[in-house]
Amino acid sequence: MSTGTALRAEQDRGRKASQNREKWAQGRTYISAAVILIWCLAPAYWMVVTAFREVGFTYDTSLLPTHVTLDNFITAFDTSFGNRFGQALINSIFIGVTVTVISLLIGVFAAYALARLNFRFKYLVLGFILGASMFPGVALITPLFQLFTNIGWMGTYQALIIPNISFVLPLTVYTMTSFFREMPWELEESARVDGCTQGQAFRKVIMPLAAPAIFTTAILAFISSWNEFLIASQLSSDATQPVTVAIASFAGAQPNQIPYTAIMAAGTIVTIPLVILVLVFQRKIVAGLTAGAVK
Amino acid sequence: MATELGPTPVKSPASGGTPVHHGPKGVGEDNKILSQGKWASWLLAPTVIALAMVIVYPIISAIVMSFQKDAGLDPVTGLFTAGGPAGVQNYVNWIAQQCAAPGGGTVACPPGTLGAQFWSATATTFLFTVITVTFETILGFWMAMIMARTFKGRSLVRAAVLVPWAIPTAVTAQLWLFIFAFEGIANNLFNASILWTGSEWPAKWAVIIADTWKTTPFMALLILAGLQMIPAEVYEAAKVDGATAWQRFRLITLPLVKPALMVAVLFRTLDALRMFDLPYILTGGANNTTTLSILVINQIRQGFNAAAALSTITFIIIFIVAFIFVRFLGANVVEQSGATGKGKK
Repeated sequence: MSTGTALRAEQDRGRKASQNREKWAQGRTYISAAVILIWCLAPAYWMVVTAFREVGFTYDTSLLPTHVTLDNFITAFDTSFGNRFGQALINSIFIGVTVTVISLLIGVFAAYALARLNFRFKYLVLGFILGASMFPGVALITPLFQLFTNIGWMGTYQALIIPNISFVLPLTVYTMTSFFREMPWELEESARVDGCTQGQAFRKVIMPLAAPAIFTTAILAFISSWNEFLIASQLSSDATQPVTVAIASFAGAQPNQIPYTAIMAAGTIVTIPLVILVLVFQRKIVAGLTAGAVK
Repeated sequence: MATELGPTPVKSPASGGTPVHHGPKGVGEDNKILSQGKWASWLLAPTVIALAMVIVYPIISAIVMSFQKDAGLDPVTGLFTAGGPAGVQNYVNWIAQQCAAPGGGTVACPPGTLGAQFWSATATTFLFTVITVTFETILGFWMAMIMARTFKGRSLVRAAVLVPWAIPTAVTAQLWLFIFAFEGIANNLFNASILWTGSEWPAKWAVIIADTWKTTPFMALLILAGLQMIPAEVYEAAKVDGATAWQRFRLITLPLVKPALMVAVLFRTLDALRMFDLPYILTGGANNTTTLSILVINQIRQGFNAAAALSTITFIIIFIVAFIFVRFLGANVVEQSGATGKGKK
């Protein structure tokens, strides 16, 4: 009887110890999670706080919002110092949408073939497309610079759209290929049994099912075009420059003073839609981002 | 990750072997492959043609250009000299840091000219690559390990890591320029008075910190996806067998996450080797933060053909690094994303 009690006490102690250890581990997890949150969000938070701060208090270092104003957002769109942020927003949207639509229209067929069909040289094609997405932009810029100068395309929209396709299209193809491989293709077989041609099966059965995958790919494609800077910084003109170029060369009233509050306001404007998009479609975006790398 | 995309009944994570989606095999298989091949070439044609136009054509013309002399004014006579075939002279000039001398021949490029920066730009590029990728791998691995645990607010953390990734690099650069301003928040918080963009090492660290902030989330998400492929039972079994946490990490986590990790490191390395936006905006390439990409861009307006030679050298360097990764370090990108190569190796 007494040995039984002792044993129970021993077990209790053991359980308590392991509970403590678990609590401690859980606590450390929360601390780590907090560190990650601060590391990822603090700089972005600082951008937003500064965007809402009066110009005179640009270097105010109080961590909470102070001297709140909306003036910076008006300054961001002001064209009197040669900035064309409003136009740049329209340009970026136009370029991004065009590049995304073209890449999806072309890429969806390639992705279908790579995910579904067996053919020779499949890995060669896949390798070529992956290699293309890793391609350094500077290797394209020199010949394109010369070519576009010769044919008078410098500063035109097509001069910005075409090079963007070189890295958005490969991204589109391999993201969609990985999505397509995970789809319930048995339904296609059933449609074929029911008398559909392969083309019909694709249009009527697969396309509706593939819509979420295509939508996610479209977001990723749009973001990567929206963020492009290198090519645009060389090939765009004042009239066609996208937001990244506009923000990088944002000028203020005084030539030697960087108008940080206005730049942060502009940065907030170009970032907030992306962040909302990314947070709403978080799970799908992460799946799309990691699709190519992990299977 | 893939499981979120709908029902995939025949999925066998990590257990290897079975290709998932396949047409019926057996009689007529050869015929089938033949007809599918025809289909495939039609479907692939638009993509292949488009990529040939926007990538293959520029590359080939860059290589052709790189063997041409740049037309320009002769510094001595002031006369216009035509281009013409240059052989490998453009490449030799970059690598030996030689510039055209007055009246023909070459001399060592004077300090400060673009031609004198090849090796320092190469060194800077590799320095940035090695340090940022190392930081991102360690930090990213740690973040992934945290995010793989179950705790309240996990989805909040997973959402938060996407924020730096979603901010355009040009905005990131301006943001960190502001953070690192002399009267900025970084100096204020750490009670320092560093001229971050004013001298070599602070400028380099500014670029490294900003890049690490921006791209660690991508790394963390790729590694997290790899971690999630490891079945929980493996850990349970190891625990029962008395493996310590360190042993579980070293003997289970590391080897099983290695394929995903290698691909993540490869992607990030190739990306870092072509780094442009961040140093270009943050430091303007001053104080020895000029990367190879920045050097190419600066060269373009001084001579297309020399720029083409330099961009070809950059391309070759990146290609060699990618080759080393795939060949010797076992980063199998195509197979990782390959259609039926699942689980092999």
